[in-house]
Amino acid sequence: MLKLGVPSKGRLMDQTFAWFAAHGVTLARSGSDREYAGTVAGAEGVQLVLLSAAEIPRELAAGRIQLGVTGSDLVREKLAGWRSDVVEIAPMGFGHADLVLAVPACWRDCETLDDFAVIARDFRAAHGMRLRIATKYHRLVRAFLSAHEVADYQLVDSQGATEGTVANLTAEAIADITSSGETLRANHLKILPDALIHASQATLFAARAVADQPDLRGFLTRLGV
Amino acid sequence: MIPRTAQHAHGRRILDAFLAAGAVEVAPDILLPAETLLDLYGEDIRARAYVTTDPVRGEVMLRPDFTVPVVQMHMAGGAEPARYCYLGEVFRKQDQGDTRPDHPRDNEYLQAGFELFSRDPDADAELFALFHGILAPLNLDATMGDMDLLLDAVAGLPLSDARRAALAHHIWRPARFERMLDRFSHPAAPRQFAVNGAPWTGQRSRDEMHARIARLQADAHEPVLPTIWRERLHRLFSIAGPAPGALDELSVLAEHMPAIAEAVDRLAARIAAIAARGIDPARVRFDASHGRRTMEYYDGMTFSFISAANPDWPPVASGGRYDALTAVLGQGAGGGQGRAIPAVGGIIRPGLVAALC
Repeated sequence: MLKLGVPSKGRLMDQTFAWFAAHGVTLARSGSDREYAGTVAGAEGVQLVLLSAAEIPRELAAGRIQLGVTGSDLVREKLAGWRSDVVEIAPMGFGHADLVLAVPACWRDCETLDDFAVIARDFRAAHGMRLRIATKYHRLVRAFLSAHEVADYQLVDSQGATEGTVANLTAEAIADITSSGETLRANHLKILPDALIHASQATLFAARAVADQPDLRGFLTRLGV
Repeated sequence: MIPRTAQHAHGRRILDAFLAAGAVEVAPDILLPAETLLDLYGEDIRARAYVTTDPVRGEVMLRPDFTVPVVQMHMAGGAEPARYCYLGEVFRKQDQGDTRPDHPRDNEYLQAGFELFSRDPDADAELFALFHGILAPLNLDATMGDMDLLLDAVAGLPLSDARRAALAHHIWRPARFERMLDRFSHPAAPRQFAVNGAPWTGQRSRDEMHARIARLQADAHEPVLPTIWRERLHRLFSIAGPAPGALDELSVLAEHMPAIAEAVDRLAARIAAIAARGIDPARVRFDASHGRRTMEYYDGMTFSFISAANPDWPPVASGGRYDALTAVLGQGAGGGQGRAIPAVGGIIRPGLVAALC
């Protein structure tokens, strides 16, 4: 039996159901819409499991589900060495969101990542501490800044309302997911155009350990991916 | 995997050699205060330290390295000259990127180390020869570098103080350094800083921004760095080979870059001192860029011993000179302002030594 993990709530779930329907497989919640189980019509031997999108990477890596739909950002952030655990089967064309680096809009002298690197160095000299970047995407942000050789910063953890940290003086910049940029603008922040850390979208993943098994290959063929 | 007990046995033998060289054994804490110490390491170690919170002590970390706590210990009241040695675990996170390697690096491993606080210019050779002797049976490749050369070369460029300082700051970040050097080698395109209606937010002040804008505007009038200087720097960075030949190349280059002449003389003296201790300099590789790939606190000689048979291993041993670190720690030690002590030190990884035996 293959277990397919799908986000349990809202728009992401609806769009996932629609994507599978367009690929000839009907997913549906069984019973009430409060029950986190579902049915799969149009494919034998596949069981639907409704999960939080943030838990799907871990469940795939642990082998408790064999297929899962979640954001490509979450897989990269939550699974160290993600390519060893999961295989990217198909980007699904929705749930687009960019992980970006944003700074106060009033920083007129900050237009590029190079500006940011210099400002970070000056800030450290002036304030005796490293410039703080609030984020919940520690691994992705660290890897990006390290690849671009930005030093003199520190990450501070922010699990929500990250855009507010700058005004609250708990960070000087933020790295967060945005789709329209509206919340950033409302909080007087601007995106650094050359600091797109990851362009995320909903993606169908398979657990690497079982990615070549006939039943899974068969289901993917059925989906036409 | 070599059993821990066997690794310790190798560590003890290395420690005995350090003790025989006149060192006093010290045992810094495993749980160290995080905030002040972490700032002294480069981003690499900083990101890899295991940090946790203690209800009374605040942020603490598992020891990622011995040098800083040993320097602190010495600054708190050690006499000079001083030789210290230690044996113990260090802890470093190993984030492996997108795909996990078949042989991931250890998160926790033993280091046997030796630190020498001395104003004697022969300290470099003493340290290098000590490590060379201990590691001799293992047939490792010894490579030496010298940050002094590179920092002096940058300090000697015909640039403003601000530009020289910026280059020196990024010497450990090659791509950023190159981009900056490239920018200084061309006329600066004027920049517009469009006024926007955004309200001021965050801890960086308006004054800081205006100061930077003024600096950028002044910078636009800076004379362009003649390309010959970039070529000379590149020539310097690429010098690598057996030490005597590398030294000859450096001597020739010093005629065009007088700023490095003194550092080249010091390097020549160091290589002679190493030869006087019975090491064939032709068997030591000098790589001018070696120090750019090491810890950021090294500011003079750097060295590493590599196992050619195991190219995916980290160095079996590494070390160098770190005078600036003692100056930074001296400021906080209450021992007078900027109390600096010339210092060199290095570590050997007994786990890798055990694997080679």
